[in-house]
Amino acid sequence: MKKHKLVSYAKWGYIFIAPFFIVYIIFQLIPLLSTFYYSFFENYRSGLNVIGPNYVGFDNYVTLFTPDKNGSIDIFTYFVNTIIMWLMGAVPQMVFSLLLAVIFTSERLRIKGQSFFKTVMYMPNLIMAAAFAMLFFMLFSKVGPFNQFIMSSGGEPFDFFANKWTTRGIIAMINFLMWFGNTTILLMAGIMGIDQSLFEAASIDGATSWQVFYKITIPLLKPIMVYVAITSLIGGLQMFDVPQVIGTYLGSPNRSTMTMIMYLNNYLGTSKNYGMAGALSVVIFIITGVLSVIVYKTMASDSGKKPKKAKKGA
Amino acid sequence: MAIKEQTIRNNESARGKLIAVRVVAYTFLILVTLLALFPLILLILNSTHSNSSLQAGFDPIPGGHFLINFKTAWNDTALFTLPRSMLNSFIIAASSCILTSYFSAMTAYGIHVYDFKLKKFAFNFIMVIMTIPTQVAAVGFVQLVGKFHMTNTYWPLILPAIAAPSVFFYMKQYIESSLPMEVIEAARVDGSGEFMTFNTIALPMLKPAIAVQMIFAFVSSWNNFFTPALVLSKSEMWTLPIVNATLRQKIQSQNCDIGEVYMMILLSIIPVVIVYIALSKHIVKGVALGAVKG
Repeated sequence: MKKHKLVSYAKWGYIFIAPFFIVYIIFQLIPLLSTFYYSFFENYRSGLNVIGPNYVGFDNYVTLFTPDKNGSIDIFTYFVNTIIMWLMGAVPQMVFSLLLAVIFTSERLRIKGQSFFKTVMYMPNLIMAAAFAMLFFMLFSKVGPFNQFIMSSGGEPFDFFANKWTTRGIIAMINFLMWFGNTTILLMAGIMGIDQSLFEAASIDGATSWQVFYKITIPLLKPIMVYVAITSLIGGLQMFDVPQVIGTYLGSPNRSTMTMIMYLNNYLGTSKNYGMAGALSVVIFIITGVLSVIVYKTMASDSGKKPKKAKKGA
Repeated sequence: MAIKEQTIRNNESARGKLIAVRVVAYTFLILVTLLALFPLILLILNSTHSNSSLQAGFDPIPGGHFLINFKTAWNDTALFTLPRSMLNSFIIAASSCILTSYFSAMTAYGIHVYDFKLKKFAFNFIMVIMTIPTQVAAVGFVQLVGKFHMTNTYWPLILPAIAAPSVFFYMKQYIESSLPMEVIEAARVDGSGEFMTFNTIALPMLKPAIAVQMIFAFVSSWNNFFTPALVLSKSEMWTLPIVNATLRQKIQSQNCDIGEVYMMILLSIIPVVIVYIALSKHIVKGVALGAVKG
């Protein structure tokens, strides 16, 4: 009887999942595979002529990692740019969010108006990154409000976007503003997943707030923090909108804000160098893939150690 | 007696300390709130001033130029037309948010409700592809769009929304916790067809999850810059993020109206801000549910 039931409904399973898979195969999988395929071809636009596609083996990969005449390797430079800007935003974000999450979840503080605070703090995450970047470009421009303020207090105007560290700092600040609310909510969910009796036991034993924080909250929150950090890194490697608007496709000043995806975009856009773009995509794919495996591993070990908590979270 | 006095005094000092900590905590929270709001406040403030007033210096008092800036921004046709770009963004975001939520729910339902040979494979496959960034397939995507003659149309930005792995995952989690199989079996007994059951019985039960995912899908499509910039080259097809990137060049030009530019930025983000304020409760809850992933 039961078996009959399984057989008669099985085809509906396929029908229900068909649209997803058909669209995925056409618009994602085939493009992904053809990107890999193109990475082995020479194919670009030179003036009005299209060169290739000619099979060149691993030449594009070799070119990608060959130093230019100044001895620097572009892909490394842009990778380092991306990581620096990510770190400048992500490290303060982690500290801030952790502090906020602890404040919000504190049994002793019992913060009122939580939903108001969380609502406001999460809002920047939904604001268009390109618009955010454009706004900050205007606020920090030579004639923008910040420089007007500096001048009115007797200082010299400072060109924030001529200096690589202030430009990177502004990009990192936008990322920070956009993401700290999201991280706070994730960390709060993590803290609330911790067995409350541990906190009660600690307070009965007379532990101070700092002891509770260092000896209970932080160690038990570590898996979630690792998860948040790595997913943030995966997102960071895809950084594009903000630096593209602020530094333009040149990564101004002096290519110091050029990220990996901006590099890819340049190959796709102006030069239409599909071979090099393909090879670069494969490199990005591999880096992301390795990081994702680490995420899965930490998730798996986390739920293995504390199955109860994982269930609670679900 | 002495001991009792001691504990009372301890309690009092502990209470005093707690109040002090509370004051510090609230001050910190208010400062962070202001930090999160300050870009939007500055933007709204500056959009009320005329170009000359903005050039003269920052003025914390709202000006009376809001409507004039709005008219200038709305009617400017030099590089693009803002109303058309807003319409483009709206069509793409609205269509993809409907497709994403409907088909993700349908896929999750298919995998949850039915038993079939490739069920496990299909699920694991989606889990694996979930973390692949869409950008790494861009080379093939651009060429495919060219081959299908879809360049400068809405289609390459709408149709792929049918396959959204992370939305699928969210729906699957939700279905597992809130759609009992008995309901579906009861519908079958009543003679309801499989599609009927999904559309008229399952979907209404998934409303909260669908609402949350529709908001997120709308916002992420509205804000998407990378893919539209690759496939939309004609300015009348541009979406708002492309417009904002173009503003970067516009303000570099001579006699550019800065008040108008602030207004254009404001108009790009204000629809999402309004939707957010109206539905923020569900959204913040949805983010916390998304933490399930971790």
